[in-house]
Formats: sequence, structure tokens, C-alpha cells
Amino acid sequence: MNIGILNIQGDVSEHYYFIKKLGKKYGVSPLLVKNNNDLNNVSGLIIPGGESTVIYNILVKNNMYDNIINLNKNGLYVMGTCAGAIILSEDTSDIRVKGMGLIDIKIKRNAYGRQINSFIENIYIKHIGDFSAVFIRAPEIEEYKNSELLSEYNNKPVFVRNKNVLALTFHPELTGDPSIHEYFIKNILENEAGNNRAKQ
Amino acid sequence: MLDLKTLKFGDELLKRGFAKMTKGGVIMDVTTAEQAKIAENSGAVAVMALERVPADIRKEGGVARMADPLKIKEILDSVSIPVMAKVRIGHLSEAYVLESLGVDMLDESEVLTPADPFYHINKKLYKVPVVCGARTFPEAVRRIFEGAAMIRTKGEAGTGNIVEAMRHIRAVEDGIYILRDLTNDELYKVAENISKTYISLRDLTSGELLGNENKLSYDNVYYDMDYKTINDNIFRVLREIKRMRRLPLVNFAAGGVATPSDAALMMKMGMDGVFVGSGIFKSKNPEKMARAVVEATENYEDYKSIADVSSGLEGMEGLEMENIEKLQDRGN
Repeated sequence: MNIGILNIQGDVSEHYYFIKKLGKKYGVSPLLVKNNNDLNNVSGLIIPGGESTVIYNILVKNNMYDNIINLNKNGLYVMGTCAGAIILSEDTSDIRVKGMGLIDIKIKRNAYGRQINSFIENIYIKHIGDFSAVFIRAPEIEEYKNSELLSEYNNKPVFVRNKNVLALTFHPELTGDPSIHEYFIKNILENEAGNNRAKQ
Repeated sequence: MLDLKTLKFGDELLKRGFAKMTKGGVIMDVTTAEQAKIAENSGAVAVMALERVPADIRKEGGVARMADPLKIKEILDSVSIPVMAKVRIGHLSEAYVLESLGVDMLDESEVLTPADPFYHINKKLYKVPVVCGARTFPEAVRRIFEGAAMIRTKGEAGTGNIVEAMRHIRAVEDGIYILRDLTNDELYKVAENISKTYISLRDLTSGELLGNENKLSYDNVYYDMDYKTINDNIFRVLREIKRMRRLPLVNFAAGGVATPSDAALMMKMGMDGVFVGSGIFKSKNPEKMARAVVEATENYEDYKSIADVSSGLEGMEGLEMENIEKLQDRGN
């Protein structure tokens, strides 16, 4: 089973090594996703941090934007971190980046200020536990409706889940802690096991 | 849980982490808010604010300083992508001023006129991350030791000639290669050789006062650090490079990138991204050039598409290396 990492721009290789490291334990392999062809070969997709404007424009240009929306409706698991969460959101309040609407969150870009306001904070994540979260020019989830709240900081959500969509505003790939990637993989595996049981 | 908050390298992690978000992207030189907007719309991952682009600095001469704070504020307000700004080599105060303006990253750059003939800024004193240029492997190691969060080739800015950037990529690569088979003792020897550059000032001053045979010992060589401390720290940087088999931070190409194919070449050589200075706004159609360079950087092995986006682009004029002042020789 392949876990794709969207290879357009940003900290792609960090996610790649995390999935590679977890590969043996869970029987998964990382796959760099550059086009729609690659998208057909993955069970899960990570949209990494980077510049949301750049990632958004290239997704649209390569005709991957609508394809990811369709694949997600048909069961593809997607995890967006930082810029990735902006891409997955319903409302970005910014005409430069249109959210895919895969998760019912309203998100604000660079909500905490500029780079000197970037920070590290210890948070508690439901189903996962304590985590040192690295926030870099992070966006803020201003509202969420029916999604499940997994973690918050300063009374604002920083990690939410809507079935097969995970959106987090920090960078799990910059820490040495693979537990969020592990959670993502486990979700996909449990879902596949459920599908197989249903088929039988 | 791995508690990063209490770790000493927390600041380092945030600085290097910021640089990682620019990977695979193009950072464009801009002098006005209007240019910054064009850069953002064309797919720049960040903009670099400066007073004049390198080609103009070369042509007009004079002291090149950091950009006017008014211009920087206008640029900060005009775009949503990160804004970087150039600071003169060793100009501690310009660096603090730029940090106070909220600039996202500083470029301690040889393109501007150096303020300190001996030393670079101790970048660990700043909260804002700093990128530095390097021609050679030892130079890159010294900048990392000083706390740079990102490295770039110096190349030769404002020439539209890629040859110097290539030279610097190969030189740094070779240094990394040579480390592979060294023992710890040999590695320490390399560290000592790399540190020697820092004692140039002390040699000059104390040798003149006390005679070369009675020179002072090398305490307080660079920002209160003695020679031994510098060696030990540089040794640590070398060990990290040896283990990772690459520079332990984001490494971009810069200085002479003038066409989409130049950008593709830099990516093909293993660079994490590219800076484009004069290449964009000194070309006939900056927006078209900017989009083409972004496209070539993203898909650097899709040669058909690079040919497409390069068609009819009129790039900046280029300069040969002979008979020009080499900006890259500024800084040690």
C-alpha cells in the first residue's frame, strides 16, 4: 500500500522519510506524487507545508485540484499540514488560495504573525497523546462545524478530523515524533480492513 | 513525547524549519511593492527586498545598503508570501532593524557593500533566520557554525552567467564527499583548518603590537568564543554533515540564474530551490519570465515544457567573468 506525499513544493522529503521509517511496521511505502497518474496509485495523500499560494496554483494547473476532491469523495485519505490544511479547508478568506472544501473549517493564513512569531508548544491530541507541535507562520482554524476536534491551543482548534480528512496547522514532520503519521496510516488500514470485511 | 519546547535547539528548529517551507520554490529579488505583487502572482515562494537589483548595483556603483524601511514596509503589506531582505555582511544593526520590521528572513549578502571587513554576523543572536552565501565547503561550514538557517551559492550576482553558481555547487559537493572517509581525528584537523580564518584579525592586531613571536593566545576570537570553542563547534557541524551526507539545512542556488533552463540546471544539480535576482525584472517581460522560471524549477526534468515556457522570452544581457568586479570575493 502506498502513502503519497504531494511533491509540488515545501517540506516534502521530511514526510517521505517518516512514512519510509514506518513502512516496515505497517507494510506501507511512500510515493512522491507529482501528477494525476501518481494519484491513482495511493491509498492516502499527505499535502505538506510550504507556500499555499504556490501549491494551489500548480495543483490547478496540473489538473490535480479537482481530481483530489473526487478521489477523496471516493475514499482517499488526505492529511494536510499547515499550507496543506489551508488547501483542504472550506473557506480561506483569501482569493489567492481557494480551499477544496474537503473539511468544514474556516481558516486564516499567517494568523499568528510573521516568522519571528513562530513557536513550539506542547499540546494534547485526542487518540494520540502529548505532542510537541511546531507552528511556522501558521494558519488558524477560526471555525469548524461537524468535524471532530482532536486538539486545540489557546482555545483555537489546531487539529481536526472529518472522516477521511485530517487537517492540522502545525508541522509534525519537523519533529522526531512519528505518532501523527502513525495515526494517519492506522486510520487507512482500519478502513481497508473494514472494506474487506464488507466485501466478504 | 519528545519535548522540543525545552530543548536548546528549539530556536534553531524554527529557523531551519522556516527555510524548509521554501523548498522546491523560487525566491525573487524585488525593489518595490508592485514588483513583489508580480512575483507573488507568478508563483514566487518568497520575495527578497533590496534597494537595487545586483545588475544595477554593478552598473551604478556606490555603497549598496539595506533597502529603505519604507519600501520594506510597503512590500510587507503588499504580499502574503514571506518577505526576506538583504543585510550588509557584518552589519549587526541593520540586521536588528530589519528584524524589528518583521522581515521573515535576512540574507547576509555579498551583493551589498560589506560593513565588517573581518567577520559575519553572529546569527545565533537573532530570532529571525538568516541565509548566507558560500563559494566553498569551508565557507559554508563557517556560516552554519555562525547560525545560518539556510545556505545558498554566491554565484556571481547581476551577471546572468551561471558559471560561478556551478563552480560553488561543485566545490561544496566535493567537500561533503571528502568528509565521507575521514576518521574523527582527521575531521578535527579539518575543523581546525576551517576555524583558522577567524583569527585573521587577532593575528593582525596583536602581531603588530607585540611582535609575531609574542602574539596573544587566541581567546575571544569571535563573539567571546576562544579558538578551542570554535574548533569544537565546527567539528560538531562537520560530524552532522558527514552523517547526513549533505549540508544539514536547506541549500539554494543563487547568483547568475537568468533563464528557465538555468533554474532547471540548478535543481538537476541537487539544489533545494533557486534565488533569482536581476534575471526577472531585468528581462523584457518580468511576469512571463517569473512564471517560466517557477515552472522550470517545479518540473526541472520536463524538458518539453521548459522549451515551451522559454519560447520567445528575452532574458537579461549576460556578462563574462573577466573584467568585472567579483562580488563573491566579499566575506571570508
